Amino acid sequence: MKSWLAALAMLLGVFVAPAHAHKPSDSYLTLSVKEDTIEGQWDIALRDLDFALGLDANQDDAITWGEVKAKHADIAAYALSRLRLGAASAPCKKRVTEQLIDDHSDGAYSVLRFVATCAAAPKSLTVDYRLFFDVDPQHRGLLRLDYQGATRAGIFAADKSEQSFTLSQSSRWEQFVDYGDEGVFHIWTGFDHVLFLLSLLLPAVLVRSQLPGRRWQPADSFRAALVDVVRVVTAFTVAHSITLSLAALSVVTLPSRWVESAIALSVVLAALNNIWPVVYGKRWAIAFCFGLIHGFGFASVLADLGLPQESLLIALVAFNLGVELGQLVIVGVFLPIAFRLRATAFYQRVLVVYGSAAIALIASVWLIQRALDLKLIRG
Amino acid sequence: MLRHLLGSLAIAFAATAMAAPYIPADDAQVLERLPQRSVPQFRELKVLRAAAALAPDDPAPAVALAAAYVRASRVEGDPRFNGYAQAALARWWQDPEAPTPVLVLRATILQNRHEFDAAIADLDRILKREPRHAQALLTRATVLTVRGRFAEARADCERLAALVPAIYAATCTAAIDSVTGNASRAYETLRRTLDGAVRVDGAGRAWAETLLAEIAHRRGDPAAERHFRAALDADPSDLYLIGAYSDWLLDQRRADDVIALLGKETRIDALLLRLALAQRASGRAEAAATIETLRARFEASRARGDSVHQRENARFELALNDDPRSALALALDNWKLQREPSDLRILAEAGAAAGDLAARDTVRRWLAETGIEYPAVARMVEPGTSVPK
Repeated sequence: MKSWLAALAMLLGVFVAPAHAHKPSDSYLTLSVKEDTIEGQWDIALRDLDFALGLDANQDDAITWGEVKAKHADIAAYALSRLRLGAASAPCKKRVTEQLIDDHSDGAYSVLRFVATCAAAPKSLTVDYRLFFDVDPQHRGLLRLDYQGATRAGIFAADKSEQSFTLSQSSRWEQFVDYGDEGVFHIWTGFDHVLFLLSLLLPAVLVRSQLPGRRWQPADSFRAALVDVVRVVTAFTVAHSITLSLAALSVVTLPSRWVESAIALSVVLAALNNIWPVVYGKRWAIAFCFGLIHGFGFASVLADLGLPQESLLIALVAFNLGVELGQLVIVGVFLPIAFRLRATAFYQRVLVVYGSAAIALIASVWLIQRALDLKLIRG
Repeated sequence: MLRHLLGSLAIAFAATAMAAPYIPADDAQVLERLPQRSVPQFRELKVLRAAAALAPDDPAPAVALAAAYVRASRVEGDPRFNGYAQAALARWWQDPEAPTPVLVLRATILQNRHEFDAAIADLDRILKREPRHAQALLTRATVLTVRGRFAEARADCERLAALVPAIYAATCTAAIDSVTGNASRAYETLRRTLDGAVRVDGAGRAWAETLLAEIAHRRGDPAAERHFRAALDADPSDLYLIGAYSDWLLDQRRADDVIALLGKETRIDALLLRLALAQRASGRAEAAATIETLRARFEASRARGDSVHQRENARFELALNDDPRSALALALDNWKLQREPSDLRILAEAGAAAGDLAARDTVRRWLAETGIEYPAVARMVEPGTSVPK
């Protein structure tokens, strides 16, 4: 028989065989957090432990209690070295208290009970779970987290091995305010976003001059300037809200180095556009296109904060609203001042031209260090 | 979705929490039985593992190991082996430019996990490189058929005709014809091809006979039994076939024969479901315990977010748990993924039981668009028959 025919038979057989045979590999991890102490119980299938560690010492295809007991130290070391509770810099210290057996619907499990002591009572508990992912990427860790009478659940998978759970017993409103706060804070301290926005807003109080030798002349009315600002800010907001949501919900993800570099590039281009104007009336379109990239940047901040699974939407909306609010404050401060100064040479030459040049220069340095992964100045 | 999932996770944990962990009294107590490892298949795995470990960058031993795991997953009916197969290919798992043999196995593993679209993407890559790759063509035709993309599937079967023994190409095409309004032609053509074939290997015969049996089953033709028997003779260990035969026996009200066929089979959920249905139909006392085991299995499966069990889970909710609403939700989710006749049937049954007009319309549209001949399903959604309840 030709070799492909054998392979064909295999593929066919697999196809028609039900995939729903037995139960796939799961472990059940329960953590109860009390102050700086975490009590844990971890149920791990004997079949999985046998595959990884070889429990069946006498090779008779049956695992006895004696064989499991003989491997207790190995099981504990193997499992606990693949579970981190707390931040990577200061993980909680784990100690095994007892090892038992439990029968689940698909067979016997080793029950590992342990106590972990953390440096301080964690506000948000990070769990990094890596059991069996190297030998069986389809393994799942099912977590139950008990804290002050409330229970939460989580699922760990090979591509989702680290998760954070907020432990403060905050109400939804408090959570909302927390994430909103973070949004405001981020736009104010995220210089790249602020500089991008300012670069697009600087010309808003001006109009292109028709006179030879002059680039700009002041806008006639505050209303005209305001309309221009609203257009740019709205386009930026809509665009980054779209990508922030898509990224936070894991619909689209981009490599962060790529995103950060593109953000830096967007600042360079927006600033250069003020010195050598290419786009004037349609700056909102620039705001929209690059806003899409900035949204991915916001999303990575949100991911670093840790998204509570049970209130993902609240956190997302609150963070986004926080960003908008912070943006509005910046615009609110910028616009009256800019409008008052718009006729001065200081504004038209120094701020618009040299200011933009400075922005372009800073952003170029960011671009280089982000693209090449160097550390020159803080971005 | 997420809430639903986490809700069932809590239930799974609750079920777990009921049984208290214990310390066995006796060192000699057997806690777990493993698949037999003295058989050649496992010795082969051991050798292949060692070879793959020695050359971690060489795709050839990794592919050999992964293929052996995929075979083991079929024989044992244990999805863990699919995970081990994936691990064997870990180095190439994310690589779109992986060598062709790796892509073939990756597509197989993905399709076993019901990640059909990802599997099709890999098969597309292979066929772009090698348009005459028989395995890839056959696999893609089958996956496309499951997804209900019949025109594309048919094109693959036609291209296959020049590359493989006639019975494979004929079965490939008949699988599509039989669900698109040409059941009798599909049946006759396939039967003639099978009769006329000089030598047919076991897998090919089992596949063709199973398909003939299923066509006969849908048409209410008692010839189904003869075909099921012939298929079982060709491959007595085919789990899908055993499930399909059980379904036919259940429809013939031959529950006792199902119990005899499945024996003490409790490891495989799909077969355990048929056993529970049969036990209940014949009023056996063991039914209650079997149903509880199934419940725990489905809850555990939902907790981990799997979609591979939805069809069986829907049948469980409808027939054994008296919960048509849950059954319908599962049948609808399943319908997004799979469009096989049995998926259509559970959708029609759950929709009728739940009195859901949208589900009835979905089934009617599918019947009209594809022309599939399935009188039992058509009766359930006939115009004029009011939806029960």
